[in-house]
This record gives sequence, structure tokens and C-alpha cells, in this order.
Amino acid sequence: MAETVVPVTHEPTPEETHLRHHFATPEQQMDAATLGMWTFLITEVLFFGGMFAGYAVYRGMYPDAFASTSRYMNLVLGGTNTAVLICSSLTMALSVRAAQLSKRRDLILFLILTMIFGTIFLVIKGFEYHDKWVEQLVPGFNFRYDEAIQYAHNAQILFFLYFAMTGMHALHMVVGLGLLTFLLVQANRRVFHANYFAPVEMIGLYWHFVDIVWIFLFPLLYLIGQNR
Amino acid sequence: MTAHIPKVRPLVLVWASLIVLTGITSAVSKIDLGEWNVVVALIIAVTKASLVAWIFMGVRYTTTLTKLFVVAGLVWLGIMLLITASDYKSRNWTYQGQPWSQTKTVGGSH
Amino acid sequence: MATIAHETPRTATPVNYLNVEHGWKSWLFTTDHKRIAVLYLVSITIMFAVGGFAAVLFRINLLTPEGLFSPEMYNRLFSLHGIIMVFFFLVPSIPATLANFLIPIMVGAKDLAFPRINLLSWYLYVIGALFAMYCVFRGGVDTGWTFYAPYSSTYSNSYVVPAVAGVFVAGFSSILTGLNFIVTVHKMRAPGMTWSRLPLFVWSNYATGLIQVLGTPVLAISLTLIALERVAHVGIFDPNIGGDPILFQHLFWFYSHPAVYIMILPGMGVISEIVSCFSRKRVFGYNFVAFSSMAIAVLSFVVWGHHMFVTGQSVYTSVAFSILSFMVAVPSAIKVFNWTATMYKGSVSFDTPMLYAFGFIGLFTIGGLTGLFLACLALDVPVHGTYFIVAHFHYVMVGGMVMAYMGGLHFWWPKMTGRMYPQVWSQISAAIIFVGFNLTFFPQFILGYLGMPRRYHAYPPEFQMLNVLSTAGSSILAVGYVIPLIYFLWSLKNGPIAGKNPWGAAGLEWQIQSPPTTYNFDDTPVVNEEAYNYGPVEEVVG
Ligand SMILES: [Cu+2]
Repeated sequence: MAETVVPVTHEPTPEETHLRHHFATPEQQMDAATLGMWTFLITEVLFFGGMFAGYAVYRGMYPDAFASTSRYMNLVLGGTNTAVLICSSLTMALSVRAAQLSKRRDLILFLILTMIFGTIFLVIKGFEYHDKWVEQLVPGFNFRYDEAIQYAHNAQILFFLYFAMTGMHALHMVVGLGLLTFLLVQANRRVFHANYFAPVEMIGLYWHFVDIVWIFLFPLLYLIGQNR
Repeated sequence: MTAHIPKVRPLVLVWASLIVLTGITSAVSKIDLGEWNVVVALIIAVTKASLVAWIFMGVRYTTTLTKLFVVAGLVWLGIMLLITASDYKSRNWTYQGQPWSQTKTVGGSH
Repeated sequence: MATIAHETPRTATPVNYLNVEHGWKSWLFTTDHKRIAVLYLVSITIMFAVGGFAAVLFRINLLTPEGLFSPEMYNRLFSLHGIIMVFFFLVPSIPATLANFLIPIMVGAKDLAFPRINLLSWYLYVIGALFAMYCVFRGGVDTGWTFYAPYSSTYSNSYVVPAVAGVFVAGFSSILTGLNFIVTVHKMRAPGMTWSRLPLFVWSNYATGLIQVLGTPVLAISLTLIALERVAHVGIFDPNIGGDPILFQHLFWFYSHPAVYIMILPGMGVISEIVSCFSRKRVFGYNFVAFSSMAIAVLSFVVWGHHMFVTGQSVYTSVAFSILSFMVAVPSAIKVFNWTATMYKGSVSFDTPMLYAFGFIGLFTIGGLTGLFLACLALDVPVHGTYFIVAHFHYVMVGGMVMAYMGGLHFWWPKMTGRMYPQVWSQISAAIIFVGFNLTFFPQFILGYLGMPRRYHAYPPEFQMLNVLSTAGSSILAVGYVIPLIYFLWSLKNGPIAGKNPWGAAGLEWQIQSPPTTYNFDDTPVVNEEAYNYGPVEEVVG
């Protein structure tokens, strides 16, 4: 951490804080952005919530069929990915901190680290999808479930949910990586500093939210039936 | 700006706890606790999610209004999950005999 | 005040949001909430015409018992009508046009909190509408607006995916509108504009925003799952692998019952403004009316199962849903009572907006009371899926919301355009709409009560008389909607200059010039009085 904190010696100008015409103060602008972002995240909670409701209903209906899928879930890859995402959340939080302290080089470093972790996650996810395809576990495309034939029908529901939920999560990761790229470009252009870091913070909130979704997907998809 | 600037130490501590909790939940899943496996897994997941929200996302340092919004979102998720579940839970309860002398049978086959 | 003070036309129109810039770019890239409201107004009018045209066509089909069109054609027409009218007209109608225009002004702000997101929401709406139109030109969709699985996910041979995609995208437009309103009301209020001084129109749109934000994502995911299931030919609603189609209904109605309140709450807000203005009185029981909007928003999320009483849903859950559905009647009735009490001993005048408000109160009351029939578990079973339902929700949606939308347009048109429309014509068309509406939909109550099921292209001959009446009414209704279109367009160039405050109404929006300037206010207003400060009735000379 070579750079030092630039002390704010003057009242920030509207240009510095990117104050838009319809706001009275930078504080009002920041408050509005924060509330807006959280409101958006609530919509995301309910969006994923629909699939979690489906999961809960069918797990209650077909507990044994759901548990029978455990031997096809790769606990090592799933666990690694969980850890990778947690690391990316830490570096994201550190990015926000760096932006707040006007530490440009740190900001760029942590953003790049976050993106690397995000990419690792997606690559691992890709390998898992590939394995599922090879093992013929993709509902509607090549589904065969020979081992526990009595569960073949109902286990398809779990695999459908697996692909729908992790797929939707991966899609959010891809969007997140796009947003991080945008931040990186802006950070490189010295846009962010102690008086203006709202985009870093808002995209950070989004990134953490995507992490939280995975925190629930991991036990619900990978850890059921592991006790058998 | 009067934003809260987090310290590095709590961030790293939260990160470490999250990694440890991931290990715990994976390990516990191998032990047969019957129906309690899912309960433990969910408690750990909720704990992890709360840590992320409380510290990484800074809910701790936000306004009451933001906290209220977060809670409202979760309550609404709860409404959806619970009422939907209530249908599936009670769908196979059946009347036996006359409604005024009915007994309940819980569960049933699907 | 029955007379309208027209100012004499001035030679030079002052700079306002309409004439400040010219050219198509100044519209398509605008971030001014007022211009976006106008963009929305034009788009939803087009969609309303499409949906209305479909309605007229299938009403023509129902002139004879055998039906004039093929069953497939009929199914596509009523589905198109439902999808367009619900998702592309009623949901955005008042929020995206009138509230988009008025909320920043009413709270004393220069714009909504997120002007660019506001523009994005319009583009999403247009993209959604284009998907819907693409679906129509490919051959349409025949699932009804409810997209019930497994018909929509497995058996329908129509173009479900484009229709679902259109609704999905339009849903996000609705979410963004709601999000913008919520943040604006929380964070953009002018000094002194406390929550208890907000106009009730703002309260009702705030409540609507909450529903849009909390409900619409669930619609989005349930439609996504339907689309996935169509693509993969297998899915979680597929009974062949143990899926439960009723789960789709749970998710769908978790949004779509509250969506009914997305469609009616903003209308209630409009009526509060109009009734207060044309009675020259503060709305009776302001706190109760504001609170009832919030109560409706909350309760709306716990009653969805009343759409599923005959599906095989658990009887116990149905009982709970039935009781909760009755409870929604309480806040709705509070509103009706309070509007009536506002008029009591008020100085009531009969300008066009007020005529629509009268129409709203009467028709919404009928629609609401018949809703109680349907909330009643035992009574719902025989009338479920009949024209009784169709009549009920058209009394609420058309008799309620469209009346309020028209009333609001007539109320704020002079503010939006700076011009007044012809009074006599507007009063005549309000009367035509009222008559046409009742002739269209009252016979449907009887038809439903007699057992005619909805969504059938043919019917037994004894129902013909009532069906002919209904079709006749629908053509009168169509005429009633075309007349305002003509005089509104006419008024843009030829209408008398309206001036700041043609109705002598209270409220911040009436204190600024008509049409407003781009930033609404020259200086941020400071509010130091309650809403609807009309003073004692006696003092008003009218
Ligand atoms: Cu309903």
C-alpha cells in the first residue's frame, strides 16, 4: 500500500462528486443510489426466491430422489467455488475501501483480483457443467439415470433446478464481471476518489449479493444426501 | 462525504469465518443427523449470508431505512415460501367421516 | 368552481419542457421525466388500441352462438387482448404516464431520482411490446394472459416464448418505474414536504411501487421457468416427471394478484386528487386514505390463493386465503367512504374529471362488492371460470382503473400540454364511456351467473341475447374512447391556453407554469402547509 491518503483540503466541487443536476447535495445523491441499489437487490432476492420456492416444494415432495443425486454432485469443485467466491467478496470489499481512501493503485489491484476470482469460479462451473453433460444428467437434452431407476423421474426435477439456479447465478456472475470491467476502466481513468466512489460501492453490493445466492445454493444443491 | 470506511481487520476476520463455516458445513453434511442435516446446513448458510450482508455489504453502517428495506425484502420472501409451503403441507390432510367428527391424517403419498 | 379561467393566448409561448428542444433525438435520448411520460403516453395508447381492437373482434365473434371465427382464432384474440391490456396497458398506465409526470413535481423535485433508469424503463417497455407484436405476427399465443402450465409449457402450439419474453422484459420496465418512485419519494422531497403532507396520489403510487418491486421479479422467474420448460421439453411444472403445475399458479399469482393493485392503486390516487379538487375540500380522513394504500399493498400479497380455489389447492390454505381476501375489502371500503365523505357538504362541480371520478366510485364499488362473492369459498366454486369473473374484474380494471386514467388525463391535460380540451365533447364522451361500459359488462354478470364459461368461442343459443347486448356495448365503448383521442389531439394546437391553474386546485403542480419547464421549479419550493388546503367551503366563490 504505497500510496498515501490524499487529505481533502477543500469543499469538493460538483464536478468532483459527479453531482447531477436534480440533486441538491452529494449526500442526497449517495443516499438515493444506496436506497435504489438495495431496492434492486430486494427484487433479485424475490427473483431467485421463486426458484428457491420450487426447490423447497419438490424437496419436500421427493426427499429420497433428491438425496439420491448426491453422488453426482462434485463436492470438491462446489466447495472450492464457494471459497473462491468468498475470496472475491473480500477483495471486492477491499476495492470499495481503496476507492474510499483514494488509493487508486490498490483499487485497481483489488478489482483485478476480484475479476480473477470471478473468472476462476466460472471456469470451474464450466467444468462441472461439462461433467454433467458427459454423465448424461442434463434434463431435456441427454438425461439418463440408471443407478437409482425408481428416482429417475423425480431426480430430473432436481437437475432441472440445478441448471436453472446455478445457470441464473452464473449469468449474474457474467454481468458482474462486465460491471467490474467498467469499474476497472473508470478507475484507470482516475474517476474514483474519496469524494466519488458510489459506482464501486453499488457494484460491490451487487457482487456480494451474488455471493450470498451461492452461499445458499452450495448446501442446498451439493450437500443434500451426503450423509448417506 | 460521511461514508463509513471499513477497517481491514474485520473484513479479513469475516473472510476467515466464512471459509471456516464453509468447511464446517461440508464436514457436517457427511455426518448423518437425519432431518437435522438440512437444518444445520441452513443455519450455517444464514449465518454466512448475514456476515456478508452485515460487514461486507455494510448493512451495519447504513441507515435505519436501508435496514428496514432489507428486512422487508426478507419478510416478503418468507411470505412467498411459507404460504406456498402451507398448501403443500396441508394438501393431503383429509376429512374422514363428517366434517364435525373429522380427524386429520398428516402427510400421504405423492 | 364550475367556470374555467382561460387566459388570453399570448403571442410568444414561454419556454417549457415541450418546446425547449426539437427533433427526434431530443425525445429518444431525453431524461426529463415529463418527456418520458409523454413517450409512455404515446406507446401505451398504441397498445391500448391494439388490445381494444382484439376485444372488438372477439366480441364480434360472440354475436352468434356458433361463433364467427375459428376456435383457434378466438383463443388467440382473447389471449392477445388479456396480455396487451394487463401487461402493456393497465400496469404501466397511470404510473408510467401521469405519475411519471407528476411525482417529481408533487414532491417538489427537479426530476425522479434516476432519470436515465427512467428512460431505460421506457426502452424496456418498447422492447417488450415489440416481442409481443412479433408474437402476434408469427401467429399469436393462445394460453390466455395467465400462461397456465402445463398448457403453456408443454401442449400449446402457439408462440408462447416470444409472448413470455415480451412480458418478462416489460416486467423489468415496471420494476424500474417502481424503484424510481420509491427512491424519489424517500429521498427527493422538498424541504417541508413531510410524509403527512404528500398528496394522496404520491402515497398510492408509492404503495404501487412497493408492489412492483416486490412482486414483479416472481412473475419474471415463473415465466423464465415456463420458457425453459418449453425449450428443454421437461421442467419443474411437468407432471410427467412429478412436477406440479399448481406451483406455477402459486408463483404466477404471487405477482398477479398484487398486480391487480398495481393496476388500481394509482387510480385510487387520481380519484383522491380529483374528488378533493372538485369538492373544494381537503380529502376526508387523509391519514386513513394514505394508510389504506399501504394496507392494500401489504394485504395484496397474502390473498393470491383465491385464484386457486378449484385447482386442488389444500382446502385449509383456501380457507385462510378466503378470510384474508375478505380483509382487503376493509381498506378499499375506507377509501370509498372517505371520497363520499369528502363530497358531503363540499362545493361539488361537474367538470369532466369529476364525471370520471363519479364513474370510478360507482363502478369500482360494484367491482369490489362482486369480488367479495368470489372471495367466498363456497360461492366461488360455481362461478369460477365463468363470465361472472370476467365482469367482476372488468368492473375493477376498466370501470375502475381506465375511468381513473381518463379522469386523470382530463384533470392534468392542461398541465401537461398547456391547452384545454372542449368541455362539452369531453362530458359527452365520459357519458358514452359510462353507458357503453355498463352495457358491455353488466350482461356478463348475468351470463356468468347463468353458467356461461369464459374463454369459449361458442355458447348455447339461450345466451345470445345477452351476448349481443354486450357486443353492442363494446362498440359504444370504442366510440367513447375514440372521441377523446380526437379532441385531445385537436387541443394540442387549437385548444384554449389553459394557464397555470385552470381548476383552482391546490398542490405544487398547479403553482408552476403550464406546461412546466424542464426542471419544474425555478427555485426549490419550501412547503409549509398540508395537502388540499382549500380552506372553508363558504369562502370559495364558484
Ligand atoms: Cu386476486
